[in-house]
Amino acid sequence: MLSKPHGGRLVNRVIPEKRKQATLTESRDLTVISISKDTAVDLENVAYGVFSPLEGFMCQNDYLSVLESMRLEDDTPWTIPVVLDVNSEVLTERDIKTGDTVVLTHGGREIALLEIEDIYTFDKKIHAEKVFKTTDVNHPGVAKTQKMGDYLLGGRISFIQGVENSFEKYTLRPVETRILFKELGWKTVVGFQTRNAPHLGHEYVQKTALTFVDGLFINPVIGRKKKGDFRDEVILKAYEELIRNYYLKDKAVLAILRTEMRYAGPREAIFHAILRKNFGCTHFIVGRDHAGVGNYYKPYEAQEIFNQFPDLGITPIFFKQFYYCKKCYGYVNERICPHNGDDIIPPSGTKIREMLIQGKTPPREMMRPEVAEIILNFENPFVE
Amino acid sequence: MSENPERKYTTVSIPIQLYEKIKQRIEGTGFTSVSDYVTYVLREVLASLEEEEKEEVFSKEEEEKVKERLRALGYLD
Repeated sequence: MLSKPHGGRLVNRVIPEKRKQATLTESRDLTVISISKDTAVDLENVAYGVFSPLEGFMCQNDYLSVLESMRLEDDTPWTIPVVLDVNSEVLTERDIKTGDTVVLTHGGREIALLEIEDIYTFDKKIHAEKVFKTTDVNHPGVAKTQKMGDYLLGGRISFIQGVENSFEKYTLRPVETRILFKELGWKTVVGFQTRNAPHLGHEYVQKTALTFVDGLFINPVIGRKKKGDFRDEVILKAYEELIRNYYLKDKAVLAILRTEMRYAGPREAIFHAILRKNFGCTHFIVGRDHAGVGNYYKPYEAQEIFNQFPDLGITPIFFKQFYYCKKCYGYVNERICPHNGDDIIPPSGTKIREMLIQGKTPPREMMRPEVAEIILNFENPFVE
Repeated sequence: MSENPERKYTTVSIPIQLYEKIKQRIEGTGFTSVSDYVTYVLREVLASLEEEEKEEVFSKEEEEKVKERLRALGYLD
């Protein structure tokens, strides 16, 4: 049986089609708060239940509980604050107060209504320390936290319409993946989070997991990333090619997760698992340095954190890094292979990237030639 | 059991013998207190009970609409 949605039910905060026009007309009389594209996309995640059980932006009790105990106030596991920050000038100039309903816009487009239940301040240093385990401004999450407004608004949202989505054909909502998995006859599904084009190490992790579940849900994160990461369209095309050539039909589904990377390491691993649970996954792959950046987290810290969540409702599958062993003649990892040193060829992401930048095809022990070719066909496959 | 909405924790009574057994069991583990262990076990038990509850069902109309989109996107034949 597929996983139940986190918190018990899939949230739906989308205004029904027949009421949309009236809502848009009414919203013209409301105070406007402009939001970023990242926030607008996450509103869509709230609205369609990807972030279930959240129904909007966190009020202070939930926010503090998430920071302190990695749980919502009602004890449901949740590790990443989902908040709306504003500057004090916005509050005073527009006379925004608790009880108001405001319209959230991006680029002049009405995205959602927000019923403001709470307005509160927060400590950016504590926020960074708790979420990212560092206050170093070189960490992208900390840098973003520093730029946040001084106030947070909490409350339920009602979603009107989304921002432009270049990847609509890869976008599935939890209700859709759940019906799709059912149609495919999958009772157990393993979710795979990625922000990379696939190399052999990824493929073997996925296929190893696939040997004991019904289906594989490859769910790349599409959204703001850091310089040097693969561009979104590159990841998708590379995966399509890999699936076409090397996966059994009806055993792997590729769909995107539209949200920004937070690079919050262990906390983000739990967050990622929760989102995949909402899509219906029963299992979730957690590899080395999941959602990490630089050396801020220990290599397997994102696996260890799962010990604190016996009630997560999705089973993590932990893997050590896979590599090619010349003596074993195949892809293995340190749990099953006694060799090391020159006998092994690890599919190093850095090395693969360097070769691709130089226009070279990485060795077939690291990356499928078909995948490499797809990547090399892009003029610039990396985020600048 | 006493409850106070302002507090984050409350007190539950368990037999002394059980408390002592748990205290012995958690020695050398990652659990730093009997309370931590009991919280962990109760969360685990409640989660597994919730898992056994009935699967979510969708209305026929909703399901058909979704399948139509899945076919249009090439996810279903």
